[in-house]
Amino acid sequence: MTEAVLSAPVVKPAPDRERLAALGFVAPSVLIIAVVFVLPLALLLGVSVLDSKGGPTTAHYVRLLGTPYYLGVIWNSLRLGLLTTLIAFVISYPAAFALARARGPLRSALLATLFLPLAASVIVKAFAWTILLRSDGLINTVLIALGIIEDPIRMIFTQTALIIGAVNIFLPFMVLPIYAVVAQLDGRYAEAAATLGASPAVVFLRVILPLTLPGIIAGVALVFSLSVSAYVVPTLLIGEKYPTLATTIAKAYLLARDPGFGAAAGVVLLAIAVVVVALSTLLSREPK
Amino acid sequence: MMTRAAIVVCWVLAIGLALFLVLPLAVIAAASFSPTPVFDLPLSGASLRWYGRIGRLDGFWPSLFLSLQIALLSTALSLVAGTLAAIAIARGKLPGATALGTLLVSPLMMPGLVLGIALLQYFRMIGFTATWSALLVAHLVVTLPYVARTMIAGLSRFDFTLIEAARTLGCTYAGSVIRVMVPALAPSFLISGLFSLLASFDNYPVSIFLTDVRSKTLPIRMLQYIEEAPDPTLAALSTLILAGTLVLLLISDRLVGLHRMAGTAD
Repeated sequence: MTEAVLSAPVVKPAPDRERLAALGFVAPSVLIIAVVFVLPLALLLGVSVLDSKGGPTTAHYVRLLGTPYYLGVIWNSLRLGLLTTLIAFVISYPAAFALARARGPLRSALLATLFLPLAASVIVKAFAWTILLRSDGLINTVLIALGIIEDPIRMIFTQTALIIGAVNIFLPFMVLPIYAVVAQLDGRYAEAAATLGASPAVVFLRVILPLTLPGIIAGVALVFSLSVSAYVVPTLLIGEKYPTLATTIAKAYLLARDPGFGAAAGVVLLAIAVVVVALSTLLSREPK
Repeated sequence: MMTRAAIVVCWVLAIGLALFLVLPLAVIAAASFSPTPVFDLPLSGASLRWYGRIGRLDGFWPSLFLSLQIALLSTALSLVAGTLAAIAIARGKLPGATALGTLLVSPLMMPGLVLGIALLQYFRMIGFTATWSALLVAHLVVTLPYVARTMIAGLSRFDFTLIEAARTLGCTYAGSVIRVMVPALAPSFLISGLFSLLASFDNYPVSIFLTDVRSKTLPIRMLQYIEEAPDPTLAALSTLILAGTLVLLLISDRLVGLHRMAGTAD
């Protein structure tokens, strides 16, 4: 951005006054995040290494990282995050290109279907999936009517239900960042590459993919961090059979009254999120 | 330069995606007209009885008002604070502006449930027990990152010399901000406002640890209804919210275009 091109008649404030104003501008937001986000999380970190009498202990982490059951719980969370992100990406990436080509009412309608689900509570959407996936639900009825299956498939309270629901609920967060980048893609780069003799595969791999990478990184990071820590979706669509870190935390606080262990589980989930943020920041800084 | 087959695949996926996203919403809308208390599809008739029952749900009105208050207030405050911060960060006059931006956006990627338990302990420790204020402050952390993220992205594409140009042409500073910057950033304001409102209004994992028996937000009430006695009243309520949002989207599409709003979502 070129500064001060037309600045001649405008009195420019002194640089340190400008810096002071900028500090004043960020202060409220930084204060909120520091006091209501950073400090509480630091406290959580502290609670996770305290026993019930207030003495230091590593017992919560030993229990969490040393017992096969809880390692399974951590894996369940990661698996939910990975599968949801992978499936959402495979659907969203090509779809974003069609979306970017759409014009007029079709484009408005397609985009509205991305925004509209955000207005229905996660709780209500998860509940809608329990209706759809029941043995006598719509999906089984349709599949039987079409002669694809003879007997209803048991889907509700299975991992299939969990993944279908999670993909459905988090999809918009994958499509939107990718769409934002694809819509700005300058078609002339791809044309230039093709003119210079690149095959469609090469054009895609060397031109289109690198140019859309920021959107991919943003979408993948967002959907993974949302789905790895999802609470309502596993609670309603699969229940006790698939314990995750999120459901373990809620149980430790709301039922077992075991804040130390809950805090440790929270810290593990937080660590996963921090790794995702760090990785996505690092990757998006990579020169294109 | 896409091959014909690739284009077909893209379109099939886009249409499939749209149908997949709308499917549960259609089920909710259909169930809300069910003449019986069970969700049987296809419906054996149509009835509006569940719409009449919404207002009679146990504790519905206080929860609705609480959720609306918290969502509107936290969104308004976040829009002001987040936009100011985004201006400072996008203008790059601050040392470490990028790091500050990452800090402000980071709560978006952090598990809500973890924030919930952390705040529960923190508020207890510092003796901050007023439920309403605790909810508002907590929801600021939910809504502010949406605004910061969208406004930083929007402002980084905004050419600040346009404001100086407007002033050179005789506009006052406030006038040039209102007549140049605000229209250029309208899609960013709309999308971050919409996302913030919905994120707060639908928040479960943070609120669950901060509400008490007397003041429950709407999502917490809704999960309670589902667990106690699921009947189509909840579907009727959701259908009304969906209809309201659809109207908002139609107006936004007319005013600034949904593609411009979606284009700022990176």
